[in-house]
Order: sequence, then structure tokens, then C-alpha cells
Amino acid sequence: MTTLGDTLSASGVSRRAFLKFCTALTSLMALPPSMAPAVAQALAKAKRPSVIWLSFQECTGCVESLTRTNSPTLENLILDLVSLDYIETLQAASGFAAEEARQHAMKESNGQYLLLVDGSIPVADGGIYGTLAGESFVDMLQESAKGAAAVVAIGSCASFGGLPKANPNPTGARSVSDIVKDKPVINVPGCPPIAVVMTGVLAHYLTFGKIPELDAQRRPLAFYGETIHDRCYRRPFYDQGKFAKTFDDEGARSGWCLYELGCKGPITHNACATVKWNAGTSFPIQSGHGCLGCSEPDFWDNGSFYKALATADWGGAKAIGTAAAVGVAVGAAAAYAARKRQNRVSKEG
Amino acid sequence: MDLLTFVRGPGMQWAAAIFVVGILWRLVGILLLRGKKDLSEPRKPGWRGLRLLALRSWPRKEFLGGTAFGEIMGYTFHIGFFVALLFYLPHILFFEDVAKGLIGVNFKQVFGVGWPYLPGGAVYFFSAISVAALFAVLIHRIASPVKRMLSNFDDYFSWFVTIAPIATGMLAFSHFGGPYPTLLGLHLASVELLMIWFPFGKLMHAFTIFLARGTQGVTFERKGASL
Repeated sequence: MTTLGDTLSASGVSRRAFLKFCTALTSLMALPPSMAPAVAQALAKAKRPSVIWLSFQECTGCVESLTRTNSPTLENLILDLVSLDYIETLQAASGFAAEEARQHAMKESNGQYLLLVDGSIPVADGGIYGTLAGESFVDMLQESAKGAAAVVAIGSCASFGGLPKANPNPTGARSVSDIVKDKPVINVPGCPPIAVVMTGVLAHYLTFGKIPELDAQRRPLAFYGETIHDRCYRRPFYDQGKFAKTFDDEGARSGWCLYELGCKGPITHNACATVKWNAGTSFPIQSGHGCLGCSEPDFWDNGSFYKALATADWGGAKAIGTAAAVGVAVGAAAAYAARKRQNRVSKEG
Repeated sequence: MDLLTFVRGPGMQWAAAIFVVGILWRLVGILLLRGKKDLSEPRKPGWRGLRLLALRSWPRKEFLGGTAFGEIMGYTFHIGFFVALLFYLPHILFFEDVAKGLIGVNFKQVFGVGWPYLPGGAVYFFSAISVAALFAVLIHRIASPVKRMLSNFDDYFSWFVTIAPIATGMLAFSHFGGPYPTLLGLHLASVELLMIWFPFGKLMHAFTIFLARGTQGVTFERKGASL
């Protein structure tokens, strides 16, 4: 098996460019800068692992994000340099040939390959809402996960169920970790995830030969350890109490905090504010829109994107009106009982 | 469902419903009670007794030695608490959302200007004052044999459910003690605990204190007592 170093040299990637990438990667993975040479050495010697990428209930946004990374970048090359043996969206093969490639990779690299999954898995009604090559998604996932070294759930759908799981979830959509219980599962949520975060997680696995440190949601701490709000360049305005009231007022034009406009940055763990998108160009808040919280579980069902985080679902006028009517009725009944007791006492007295 | 999702959804719905049911239950229950008929000739017009609302809200010279601590701490706590409650932007956004849902208008539509708010640091300062005052009254209560003897579960639990939202709010604001979503979840959970306990404990005084003082003032004035 050829190493990454061999293939990079053959592809014309200079040593300088490779080291630059490793330094950035070291920083991204929250490792001390002194680790950069060690990361470069480990990556250069890393063997190209076999990767099987399964796409289930998804919109292809995750693959789009991965492939539109200002191509060609070194991140792309790194991904090219894993042995990507099965990915429906990008592979040339189709039909039986494609399925054969997957079976072959699973057999050849049994216990060694990485399984990447984007999209949620429908389980309602025996999983009939998602089938591929005559096999349900849930069966295909279980079969493919059996021989995997680890499973990486790419995007919020694979990580948490995402949009397909949104109420009323007619297909019974589930996350990868709901189905795969006996393998290490790494969640890389986002709708879509940042390309460099996806490649960073793979690079971490290649460098250290093990999965990165994860948070309670199985997200790599290096990328999801802090909230958007923690690292947002608009944070000083939040602390000063300067908030944009509309998307086009003076505050918005002055770059003030978007909290009032529904920004979910304070409760959203992701690297958008530091890594940014499109080769570090910008991220949603920098472009003038609040964070949607897309890397958090059930973000689609957690209230309006345009209502401030401080608001909550308190029940609405109808529920409060009903509660008020019940309160008045109970109070009146209590007073009636008290009056009856008064009457009885005064009669007895 | 994680803590924050629960407290922003079903938790808040249940707390709000219990709060409204409880408050109206207590108020209607009290207001519909049959009062004693006063058959005597009124000495003075009863309504003038409403000035007791103000008189009872200020220390009396005769008792100042015994009541000054409680009154100073009481005012300190309440001022700090209400500044934090009413002049912190996230709280205002919550209240405006509720008002919009109930009556269809927000503060600005009614008053022509937006609900004013303070910078987070200033609110934090007032919250800290409020917490300090609450600890002072707790220590005073425990240290005083008479107050300790008069105190029951209601006093201590009401103290706890009052300080908890302020303390957790300060932690959430300063991002101290855990991830922000967890701290915010704990803050909202403590607010909901306060809302649920509110109608059934001594915290109900917020709704009954002026009712009681007004009634008492009118009764006293009618009887010709010196206020």
C-alpha cells in the first residue's frame, strides 16, 4: 500500500505546501504548534485507508460542501488520496459494478476501512422509504458497518437525523448512532459541515490512527468544542448591548450582534467563526445572517430561526387562556367551598 | 431531548400553565371569600386608608432599630432583582414575545419607544447585589433564634427558588461553570421551578401584598384608627 507522502510527491505537491497544510491542520485540531512536524511525519507515512461513503436520506449538500472547497486544495488531495472505493455521487461505476466495488472493498479491507455516511436512515415500515440496489438503507448500513474500523456520520442528517427527522418524521428517520451500536461513531454535523472539518477529522484519524476526542454528542472537540458565540467577531457588541433590530438597520450595517434577529450562535457548537467557509472567506454571521444552529440536534424543530434565543415556546394565547379559565374556575370552587364551610361554622356556632 | 430543548419547549409550557392556573386560583379564591359585614358607622371615608400602601412600604421610626436590616436588604434585593428581570435584553425579548402572543402588540407599538435595556455588565452588577442581599437575609434568618424558629420549609425553599434563577443567570452570562447551552438550560429550568412554586408558597406575596395592605388600610381608616 502506498503512503500519502509517496502519492503527494507524485501529484506534484511541494514539501512546503504540505507542511503549511499540516501546520494549519495542527492548529485546527487544537494541538500545540510544536506538533506540526510530527503531524507532517505521521501523515506522510500514513497508509491510504479504504473509504466507503454511503449516502442515504440526504440532499447531497455535504458532498457539495466537500467538493466545492476552492478546488484544487490540499484538503481535496488528501481526500483523493484516501482510497475512496465507493461513493455514489462521484463514482463513475453504477448499478451492479458499483455494488460490487463496495462488496470488494469491504472484503479486502475487512476491519480496516472507514465508513462515511451522509443522510439519515429511515426505519419506519421496515425501512422501505429508502432502498438502494434492492436493499433498504438500514440493512445496507448495518452490513457495511460490520467490517468498518470506525463510522463517520457526515452532516446533521447522519449525525442527528436532521431534516428528514423533523416533525412529524414520517419515514422514521434515525441517525447513524441510533443504528450502529458496536463501532466507534464520529459525528461531523452541520448542514452542511465545513469541508475542512470533514477532512480534518479524516486527517486526524490518518495521523493518529484513532478517533479524535469527542464531546457528549460524539462531535470532535477540536472543531466543536466551542460555540459560534464564543469565537464570534460580533461578540463584543453582544457584551456592550448593541444589537441589530432588523437586517438592514444602522446596527446591522455597523456589524452589531444579531442576537435579536434570532442568531443561535450562543448554543451552537461549530468552527464556523474560526475556520469559516470558502477557503476562510466568510461565515453566515459575517455575511449578515444569524446562525441557524445547524450543527445541533433537532435544529429544525427548535423554534423559528428568526426569533431570539431568549424566547421560548410558552404555549401561546390559547393555552394560557385555557390555563386562566381553569385557574378562575378552581379559585371560584375553592371560594364556594370556603363559603359553605363558613355557613356551616356559623350555623354550628 | 436535551435539557435546553426541554426547558424552552414543554418545560416552559407546563410552567407557564401552572403559574397562570395557580395565580388565578389563589387570587379568585381570596377575592370571592365572604368578608365580615361591618355594621358600624364609618368614622372616616375608607378609601383614604389606601395610603397605607405607601406607609407600610417605608420604615417607621419607632421600629427602625429592629426592622432596618430587613428593610434595607429587602429593598436591595428587590431593586437588583427587578433591574435584572426588566432591563436585560434577553428577558425583554421574552416578555415582548409573550405580550405579542397574548395581546398582539409590543412595547414600542404601545409607547412609541422601544423597551429600554442595560448593557449585560450593568445587569450582572445588579444581579450580584441581589444575590448578596439574599445571602445576607438568609444568614440573618438562621442567626436569629426567633426568626429561625418561625421559619419553615416554605421560607427556605422560596429563598432557593428565588436565588437560583439569578445565580444561574449570572453563570450563563459569564459562561462560567460549564457549556453555555447547559448553563442556559439550568437558568431556564430554575425560572420554571420558580414559576411552578410561585403561586403556592410565600412568593405569592408579590400579588397579594398590595391587596392585603389596601384592604387593611381601608378597614383601619373606616374604624378611625391612626395609620
